[in-house]
Amino acid sequence: MIMNMVSLAAKWAIPSILFFITLLAFVRRVNVYESFIEGAQEGFMTAVKTIPFLVAMFVAISVFRASGAMDLFVETVSPVTGFFGIPAEILPLGIMRPLSGGGALGITAELIKVYGADSFLGRLASTLQGSTDTTFFVLTLYFGSIGVSKYRYAVFSGLSADITGFIASVFICNMVFR
Amino acid sequence: MVNLIWVCMLLMGIIVAAVNGNIDAVTTAALQGAQWAVDFALGLVAIMTFWLGIMKVAEEAGMVRLLARLVRPLMTFLFPSIPRNHPSMGAIIMNLCANVLGLGNAATPMGLIAMKELQKLNRGDPKTASEAMCTFLALNTSCITIIPATIIGIRIKAGSVNPTEIVGTTIFATACSMIVAVIVDRILRGIYRSHRWRW
Repeated sequence: MIMNMVSLAAKWAIPSILFFITLLAFVRRVNVYESFIEGAQEGFMTAVKTIPFLVAMFVAISVFRASGAMDLFVETVSPVTGFFGIPAEILPLGIMRPLSGGGALGITAELIKVYGADSFLGRLASTLQGSTDTTFFVLTLYFGSIGVSKYRYAVFSGLSADITGFIASVFICNMVFR
Repeated sequence: MVNLIWVCMLLMGIIVAAVNGNIDAVTTAALQGAQWAVDFALGLVAIMTFWLGIMKVAEEAGMVRLLARLVRPLMTFLFPSIPRNHPSMGAIIMNLCANVLGLGNAATPMGLIAMKELQKLNRGDPKTASEAMCTFLALNTSCITIIPATIIGIRIKAGSVNPTEIVGTTIFATACSMIVAVIVDRILRGIYRSHRWRW
């Protein structure tokens, strides 16, 4: 019931935003077409400005993954996390999640395929996937679009949110699905 | 901080590849990463142009200011440095709403518009993030998603008996991370102000 309402809202959100913005602007005697063009001018530059930032981040992440350094990293920390009741199979996902959305989704799909969607690991991977974000990607993209290269403490707060999401996912899945 | 992470990832990757006798992978991976980044940025051109146009119309019609006024109490608590009724408030709230509904195509442009507005308020070095930007990104990356549509899709395809059973656990975990993000942001802001640390 609630699910249906939310997905209905998601489907209608953008068309209705477009409708009301255009209507209201027209009623208020804004030259809608001209304003649109004026705003849209900046679209290309905003997107292109992110290129150096995104290239830098993705080259590093890509090399880190493809070289096997990430697997090594996972192997090194898995005994520690295993001690806290975090399954070793889930760890690569936890580490990949802030770095690469596509990579994390690949790991989740793989875990679900191997262990089954309704297994504990499948449910945990699904929860993790939904409750954490690709922090590095978002930071790179958002700061890159305005040319900011010193992120100050944004990395810390973003990562602490991801770590919390990870721990909270393991905790709640252990409570609900075990 | 980012500098350190970047250097570590790159150097560790190259060293591990060399030790494993897998040095070819470095070149391929670097080029692939660059290609992916450029593809993504170019893909952004279309939706950015579209949403920047629409947002300009909304701004001139007074809708952004109206939206900003509606959410002012919450926003002045979270973003004390943003002036009342500033257009960035409208963009921030629209970005967070799009995130909650899982509308990726609208969330990113709204977020970039918000950053652009926040940059106009950035009174310090334009290459350094402002406090409001840090708070916004903390919220953005920890934001609640009511419907994790992609993951539900994967579960359906994998033949799950109850593909949506993870919604509750997801909302719980994401609520925890959002609360922590706001608290950590506050604490770090205080520390940073008093010590003037440089990362």
